[in-house]
Amino acid sequence: MPIDYVVKRALQLLLIIFIAVTVNFGIPRLIPGDPIESALQTKMAMTGNVNVDVQAVAAAYRAKFGLDKPLWAQYLNYWGSIFTRDLGVSLVDFPQPVVQKIQSAVPWTLALLTVSTIISFFVGSILGALIAWPRAPRFLHVLVPPFMLLSSVPFFLLGIVLLFTFSVIVPWFPPGGGFDPVSILRVDVATITDLLYHAILPALALVLGSIGFWALGMRAMMVSVLGEDHITFAESKGLPPQRIFLWYGMRNALLPQVTSLAISLGSILSGAVLVEVIFNYPGLGGILFVAISGKDYFVIQGIVLMLILALGLSLFVVDLIYPLLDPRIRYQA
Amino acid sequence: MSLATAAAAPGRRALFGTTALRGILRSPRISGSLVAGLIMITLVVLLSVFGPRLVNARLAAVGAVRPSQAPSAQYLLGTDSQGRDMLTIMVLGTPQTLRIGLIAGVVGLAVGLVLGLMSGFFGGKVDSVISVLADSLLTVPSLAIMVVIAASVGHMTVELMGLTVAALAWMHPTRTIRSQVLSIRERSYVSVARANGEGELGVLFREVMPNLVPYIAASFVGAVSGAILAAVGLEALGLGPNDVHTLGTTIYWSQKFSAVLRGQWWWWGPPIVAISFIFVALFLLSSGLDRVANPKLRQRT
Repeated sequence: MPIDYVVKRALQLLLIIFIAVTVNFGIPRLIPGDPIESALQTKMAMTGNVNVDVQAVAAAYRAKFGLDKPLWAQYLNYWGSIFTRDLGVSLVDFPQPVVQKIQSAVPWTLALLTVSTIISFFVGSILGALIAWPRAPRFLHVLVPPFMLLSSVPFFLLGIVLLFTFSVIVPWFPPGGGFDPVSILRVDVATITDLLYHAILPALALVLGSIGFWALGMRAMMVSVLGEDHITFAESKGLPPQRIFLWYGMRNALLPQVTSLAISLGSILSGAVLVEVIFNYPGLGGILFVAISGKDYFVIQGIVLMLILALGLSLFVVDLIYPLLDPRIRYQA
Repeated sequence: MSLATAAAAPGRRALFGTTALRGILRSPRISGSLVAGLIMITLVVLLSVFGPRLVNARLAAVGAVRPSQAPSAQYLLGTDSQGRDMLTIMVLGTPQTLRIGLIAGVVGLAVGLVLGLMSGFFGGKVDSVISVLADSLLTVPSLAIMVVIAASVGHMTVELMGLTVAALAWMHPTRTIRSQVLSIRERSYVSVARANGEGELGVLFREVMPNLVPYIAASFVGAVSGAILAAVGLEALGLGPNDVHTLGTTIYWSQKFSAVLRGQWWWWGPPIVAISFIFVALFLLSSGLDRVANPKLRQRT
């Protein structure tokens, strides 16, 4: 692997991290109005004490949190706190550190997202490949338009409909949440069943909503692969159709799908965050919703930073692995 | 707006006369999905323009009607648990959602068009900076950055909402326009124009731009659709405009009052139907436009 390819991808990752941190630092400071003074004024209005010099109290707070220093010093400080994994404390669940809150939520989002993305990627790709295959059963063609329509609708709207259908009209599944609140989380069969039981509906929303997207991309790839000479050659050699389909067709068509997987991970992640909100799932989306309602700014910023960094890192890994998977790719440095 | 841009693409040939119009409708470039998408979008736009004049806006205020009523002859779409008439909210909210999408779509497309043209035409360092920036931002989960912006804004309005979404709506148009400019400027008729002594700007506006029109229309539909998706998501998180109804904020309130678990389907059902209708229409329109822009797609199906 040429070194300048790796360097270029690494630089891109650094750029994303830089943008994420700078946006997180800069945007709240760009907006006019002083959050400290307005918070103090709200507090005072609630307690009825009006004889305090707001400016002086605010100045004391600013000195305490280093907000009286010049902007560049605050910016450097912010970078420093990120490297020491200090994202502040939650204002709502004071004094729980933001990092701790995020750490407890990440496994939920990661598991939900990984499992549903893998399922929809493979089911959708197989479906798409079969539609492009002339010998495929006719009924498959009927399946595709509904899936394509579903994929044009946001995941979380699908989630609402699923939640209503399968936990209100027919109460087969729990009405949201990540686990049975009275159970103790252990590694045993009952717990795992409970976790899966709670994850099925949110995962289904993500899967049903993205199958059409993968099917569409795969069909286009498969059609162009099936038109190539090596397929004709394999057919004239008399190879069994299954073998041609799987090893001569699908294998070649699947690799470019990995690229679109990498590109669309961001929108899948955004969608999953909202699905978690609908299902009250204890992942990043769930705590983001609570943080926004409670104006818990440090938690909001922490989650945002986490989402961007995690995605940037995983794309970096995909970019490095992908050329190893597909020898046809040329390194564009 | 979207209608005008979309119709401009096939309209290039309609200039020759009305008989050409019939030819266009039979042309293999015009697919069923383009027509269906156009009809659906026209319906939504008509409702948005004339609907708000036909309803009494005061019924959308808290406590205006009896709360939590299922649909009936009096309240056609029922009422929510804060005593607002759902039909009124829907008629008032749909245009606001469209407005956010249009503002973000127009701004995103304009920025994308300028950057894409610069990138494709000047090449070199300008191109590298723009492409790297667009590529990097494309991989960022846009909802995350928009959440930071929207959470920092004290008083959210429809216009600010549109601009927030537009901040991350320009990358796809930039990339599409850039790659098309790169391909068009290498074609022989551009060389002919250059040989005839046409200047750079003349080449840009007289040779390249007219051929970009279908791509611009397709990018516009894509940008509007992406913007509405992002805006509805932000609104569902509770970051929507403070003082008007939109489809997304309606979902937020229904979620806040657990309308799903309480079985009040008439609260979240209508916004879901409306949002899905808009998305399906835009999806049909964009796949129809793809076919106009890229005739090679026809042979594949």
